[in-house]
Formats: sequence, C-alpha cells, structure tokens
Amino acid sequence: MTTYRDSQLDALGDRTRRAILAKLRRGPLPVVDIAKGLPVSRPAVSQHLKVLQEAKLVVARPEGNRRLYELDPNGFSSLREYFDEYWGVALIAFKRRIEQLASEDEA
Amino acid sequence: MTAIADNEVAPVQKSVTVRATPERAFQVFTREFDSWWPRSHHIGKSPLKRAIVEEKAGGRCYSEQEDGTECDWGSILVWEPPRRFVLAWQITHEWGYQPDLAKSSEVEIRFTPTGDGRTRVDLEHRHFERHGAGAATMRAGVAAPGGWSDLLGLFAAQVEKTS
Repeated sequence: MTTYRDSQLDALGDRTRRAILAKLRRGPLPVVDIAKGLPVSRPAVSQHLKVLQEAKLVVARPEGNRRLYELDPNGFSSLREYFDEYWGVALIAFKRRIEQLASEDEA
Repeated sequence: MTAIADNEVAPVQKSVTVRATPERAFQVFTREFDSWWPRSHHIGKSPLKRAIVEEKAGGRCYSEQEDGTECDWGSILVWEPPRRFVLAWQITHEWGYQPDLAKSSEVEIRFTPTGDGRTRVDLEHRHFERHGAGAATMRAGVAAPGGWSDLLGLFAAQVEKTS
C-alpha cells in the first residue's frame, strides 16, 4: 500500500522533481518557465508536476489562460507528523532508560 | 501566492512522565544522553558511536561516528538545570550542519516535578519555518537555500535511513 508519506518520498526521489521544487522555492511559475533549463521535455515536466501535486508538495491554480504552480504550504503538516513521531520515539527511549535506572536503584 | 506567517507552522509538543526527580531526569537527559538516545537518530555517514550534549549555554550537541568523524547537529541556547534547556536544531536537508541559528528550529525541554516524586518532561520543537525561507520570503523573491522542501528531503533521508 502506498501511503501519503510514501508518495512524498517517491516524489522527492527524482532529481528532476527536486530541481522543480528548488525552482518553485522562489515563487509560483507557469510550466513553460519551470521547464526552462531542465534537461527534459515540457510534457515530461508536466508529468513530474502531476506527481508532485499528487504527493501534496505542489499546488496549481489558474491565472488567466495558464496555470501557475507553487509549493503547497500544507506540506508543512507532514513535517510536523515526522517530528511528532521522531520525538515520540526519543521520549519513549528516555522513559525506558529512567525506568531501568529506577529499577536498579530499588534492587 | 499564499503568505505564510512566521508562526504558522505549529510546534510539535510531546510529554512524558518519568519516575525520577527533575534533577535526575535532567541529568539522564543531558549528561547521560548517550545512554538512551535512539541509535537511528543521527546525521553521520557511519553508525553512531556516541551522542553528546555539552552541559552549558553555547555547548555543542554532536555525535561521534564509528568512522571517527564528529557530527554537530545542535547547540545549547538556554541552560537552566534542572528545570529546562533549549537547543537549536541545526540540521540541513542534506544531513549537514546548519551554522546559521536564524535557519534553525529550536527544541525546549522542561522538567516539572509532579509532586509524587516523578517528573513530567515536556518537549516542544518549534519554529520549523526558520528552516525554510517561508512563503512570504519566497514571494519577495529572495532565493534562500534551506526551503521547506529541503526539510522534506530531511524527512525523506531519515525514513530511507531507518527503513
């Protein structure tokens, strides 16, 4: 099963898609500008953008007769989930250590 | 483009209550950091050998790796034993050290006695937005390294490492 998190990882696992994200860090762009300087065709860029949208890393919105792509600000929520789990694991390990020490003191 | 206020990324908050005084809990958390820190949590290229938190304001948080290298990943911003300390979380998307505190998030750990001989440990990891330029900055056209997509890269690297 592909989870939401897996799809983000897959999306980030491709060099072209990382290059697209790097470009979008500077602000929203139409596909023609995103494709500039990338060693892939425009249809290929569109395909990458589709993957990035499905992974909730990029959102598109219409502006006039074209579409602008930008980073999805909700991408932050998965970051929080990651750190939530990270610190959860760490604090459980800490608690285990304290319990171990307390048991040793009682023994 | 949607503006993201600096405070828009909510902090991560976790708590745990342990069977120890604040003094002891603080000591285990810091001086004995290596005795409990998960071995998967490090940024080195070889396995983690020892994890160290220097017990002073300005102290380093770093790890010694089995290949002999040292990896800094944070520094102590506030040192108030046995009640709290704050560290800067200085990790870039490429698992490198981020020397710029303005581009680092921070982690506060508080130790509060519960009155029954135990201690509640509250952890807050906040200011994630500092790792990225933030949408507001991006809109202003400032091309800053360390955008939030970089942090997703950190996320990806961590999961790849541990999976």
